[in-house]
Amino acid sequence: MRKRSLTLLSDGTLFRRENTLYFENERGRKPLAVEGIYDLYIYGHVTITSQALHYLAQKGIAVHFFNHYGHYDGSFYPRESLNSGELVIRQAEHYLDREKRLKLAKLFVTGSALNMKKNLKRWKVADGFSEMLKELFEELEGAEKITEVMNVEARIREAYYSRWDGHLPEGFKIVKRTRRPPGNEMNALISFLNSRLYATIVSELYNTQLVPTVSYLHEPGERRFSLALDLSEIFKPIVADRLATRLVTKRTLSKEHFREELNGVLLTKEGMKKVLSEYEKELTKSVKHPELKRNVTKKRLIRLEAYKLIKHLVGVKEYEPLVAWF
Amino acid sequence: MSSEEYPLTDLLITGTEINYLFICPTKLWYFAKGITMEQESDWVDLGRFLHEQRYANEEKEVLVGSIKIDFIRRGDVIEVHEVKLGKSMEKAHEMQALYYLYYLKKLGIKAKAILHYPKLNETKEVTLDGREGEIEKAIKEVERIKSLPKPPNPVKSKKCLKCAYYELCWV
Repeated sequence: MRKRSLTLLSDGTLFRRENTLYFENERGRKPLAVEGIYDLYIYGHVTITSQALHYLAQKGIAVHFFNHYGHYDGSFYPRESLNSGELVIRQAEHYLDREKRLKLAKLFVTGSALNMKKNLKRWKVADGFSEMLKELFEELEGAEKITEVMNVEARIREAYYSRWDGHLPEGFKIVKRTRRPPGNEMNALISFLNSRLYATIVSELYNTQLVPTVSYLHEPGERRFSLALDLSEIFKPIVADRLATRLVTKRTLSKEHFREELNGVLLTKEGMKKVLSEYEKELTKSVKHPELKRNVTKKRLIRLEAYKLIKHLVGVKEYEPLVAWF
Repeated sequence: MSSEEYPLTDLLITGTEINYLFICPTKLWYFAKGITMEQESDWVDLGRFLHEQRYANEEKEVLVGSIKIDFIRRGDVIEVHEVKLGKSMEKAHEMQALYYLYYLKKLGIKAKAILHYPKLNETKEVTLDGREGEIEKAIKEVERIKSLPKPPNPVKSKKCLKCAYYELCWV
């Protein structure tokens, strides 16, 4: 049985009775088949009992909490059940060794940039991007500090955003990337999707032996699960950015799905609902994997990226970031 | 090679490790380093389920040092029972059972092993007599593979298709 992600957008109570998990609100009480749950995303105002948490922990189900504005608050990350001392040591070794860390950090930036390039080409707004990347990649190659790598990354991203706007409809331009608070609709949408994607990656890492706090591009402990931030560089363009674009160009979302508050522009409940349902659909779509010669879901690609990293760390095969072929 | 070569205190490997040696050395290395994939495998779930349901009344999961036996029965000699799904890895199952017998012999316990294939409604008896050398060779090989700095290169075969390590190996 394939386990599925479960998102709770409405308010209610999550509790355990006997060996069943229930979600209850004024619309009724609904049993949730715990064996079929991969992870849980909570956006609504949900009261959750400790018994429910015990049960979720026992089943190895991570729970991600988002606040009223759809921003990521944190995760209930059950006790690790997959441990590999060997891998922890290799992860640390690749952080402590400057050359090894730089190599991985650069690979994350390269992968991210190539996925951005792919998007711009798709949206037919790639003018001059390739030439610019060529120069920036040279600079990246010569970088000797993580801060320099970060700096190149920021400039690539800036060039990407300015071109991306060329493809977006009026009223949904990014103009300038603003995060806290997001200054307009598109910024709100991108932030919302990025938070959700980050949590998805945290869940995937939970299901591997990788320690989520040891990272290479981002500083470990910068935020809790900084390895998820590293990996999100690869997946933001091909998951979040593509979906955000589609939602506004196909007019799935309109202005009325956003509201303005003191905390900036935010998605309405209805807007979140639409975005999350499309996100879930997107991640369960599958593509044929050229190496594995099997269909894999887009979500599974995140796990495969983790496996590739494991192989790099134990010295089997150098990490090559995923560059979308689809 | 004499069977005195492995004093009990050196026998730190598990039955699963012996089993994996005969399935795939790559899988053995990852498994031994804690990079496990069994949680991803529907086959492993099925095996667990079968074991729990069908042999509910047996004396199960008997731990002896580093080995964990599916279940035992006490008769004239101790019977070691191991439950398996299908016969495609028969050699691996046999060697795992032999290892248990070898281990118990070191403890001075005379035993025989019975492999169960409940889905096929078959059983198979395995005895140690005279096969000490075979198992000692396997133990040595497990130790050699575990001491490698990285896993042996995988070899693609039909069995890869059902293996929980498939993606890890071939991505």
